[in-house]
Amino acid sequence: MAEVKKVATRAGFGSALVELGAVRDDFVVLDADLAAATQTGKFKSAYPDRFYDCGIAEQNMIGVAAGIAATGKKVICSSFAMFAAGRAFEQVRNSLGYPHLHVVIGATHAGISVGEDGATHQCCEDIALMRTIPGMTIINPADETEAKLAVKAALDADGPVYMRFGRLAVPVIFGEDYHFTIGKGVQLKDGGDVTVIATGLMVNEALEAYELLQAEGISARIINMHTIKPLDQEIVLKAAKETGAIVTAEEHSVVGGLGSAVSEAVCEQFPVPVVKLGVYDVFGHSGPAPKLLDEFGLRAVHIAEKAKQAIALKK
Amino acid sequence: MDAATKKQLEITACRVRMGVIEGVHSAKAGHPGGSLSIAEILTYLYFAQMHIDPQNPQWEDRDRLVLSKGHAAPALYAVLAERGYFDPALLGTLRQIGSILQGHPDMKHIPGVDMSAGSLGQGISAAAGMALSAKHFGKNYRVYTILGDGEIEEGQVWEAAMFAANKGLSNLTAFVDYNGLQIDGAIGEVNSPEPIDQKFAAFGWHTISIDGNDFDAIESALREAETVDKPVAIVAKTVKGKGVSYMENSVGWHGVAPNDEQYEQAMAELNAAMAALTGEGE
Repeated sequence: MAEVKKVATRAGFGSALVELGAVRDDFVVLDADLAAATQTGKFKSAYPDRFYDCGIAEQNMIGVAAGIAATGKKVICSSFAMFAAGRAFEQVRNSLGYPHLHVVIGATHAGISVGEDGATHQCCEDIALMRTIPGMTIINPADETEAKLAVKAALDADGPVYMRFGRLAVPVIFGEDYHFTIGKGVQLKDGGDVTVIATGLMVNEALEAYELLQAEGISARIINMHTIKPLDQEIVLKAAKETGAIVTAEEHSVVGGLGSAVSEAVCEQFPVPVVKLGVYDVFGHSGPAPKLLDEFGLRAVHIAEKAKQAIALKK
Repeated sequence: MDAATKKQLEITACRVRMGVIEGVHSAKAGHPGGSLSIAEILTYLYFAQMHIDPQNPQWEDRDRLVLSKGHAAPALYAVLAERGYFDPALLGTLRQIGSILQGHPDMKHIPGVDMSAGSLGQGISAAAGMALSAKHFGKNYRVYTILGDGEIEEGQVWEAAMFAANKGLSNLTAFVDYNGLQIDGAIGEVNSPEPIDQKFAAFGWHTISIDGNDFDAIESALREAETVDKPVAIVAKTVKGKGVSYMENSVGWHGVAPNDEQYEQAMAELNAAMAALTGEGE
């Protein structure tokens, strides 16, 4: 069997910036002293006169981005998820969200898979924070292919867009024929017993869970929910009606993330069991990312377990 | 500045002060003190300085103003109305349900407002972003922002100050409304941001200290600002509550609306000031 190609979604983000820079010069890129890590450094090297380093001052960076957007110009700004969504939350809320300014935030190093840096940098709260801001779009790509397509779509979107990327190299699961539309979930496998709605690096785990469940005679539908806000209600409700049980899988806190968004939609419109897989309201710690994903239960085997729990909860 | 021009500006500033009192009294809430203190600065900017077109508020090449001390919105709204961006009758709807005139500036709904602001410390960053945008995309417009002296206790202000100097944003001019008072008391007692001019100078800005209620001083500072190759901080010593005797230099009038009796007295004082300026009445 051929070796699976693995690329971090942050690398896809950086590559997309360079590709965009080659064909258009109507946007600038900002970073906060993390260009090498966030991968905006690739753009900085290629187009140094279109890149501005704001230094270690994320709150100001968001405000500067707001000012650029207020003049009708396009801007992508980047930092780690912890600082973009966490430290600068109020700037994102008041300077971007309230005036609905079109700024793309490329937030990297999200989730537990940051690894060795430990809990201070493992942001598992960003989706929850960003979801509360009216008019915010939240995109959490599953692989390099999707990351690149999403960045290109986000640059021509409306209002603030929060994009979540990971540090860890993960399998490239989508080919060149993959189609991406903001706000439209993608059904990757059909099934009738249960639906797994996954986002980010958990999409690949969900595809592996599909095989594990199939081996046990369970037919699972797999959905890639790359856009968490606005949530694709249609694909969620269809899954609720047709499979009667849902598992959500995310590398994020179970408080306020994808699981909460799906639960809210399902509870209000077509109640069926929703079992959430994610980080269970705890802080992470240092360690190699793959081992942390094992330890925190963010693997295919854990999704398969939750799928069986969800099926058992059906009336 | 010739005497006639100055008198006309003083008349406009007096009308702006009346607009502030009308708005805050109607709303029964708002921030009169820090609105009255910047009446001259805003009047000069909108009537003598900025390249703007009230008929085309979204004109791409216009100069821009970010009211970083967004709680002084009543003064900004009064100036915009006076300048023709919207009907002055709207000032009486300040902070009311259904009014475009939100408690703090809202760029999405108020003609002439270039940036939503009000959470302190954020406006100067947006102003820096606008100035950077002008430089990057080859535009000649200038960007102005007005900060409160209490506001500069916010750390973000100094992030923005460092950034503006590092990026050479000579098209950015920041006024600091140095009225010496913030909600909890005198700035020196609460958490002194002083010395203000030296702080901005240390961050790489050109600084000018003036009497911020004096049109000649405002004009000469702005002329000087246009000649330097750095961002410019104009530290404008002002009188909080300027123009209404019982509000002047009184911390209690930071965020309180006048009652009916106080409103009558304020308007009587401003009407008398107007009569003195126009030579009408006694």
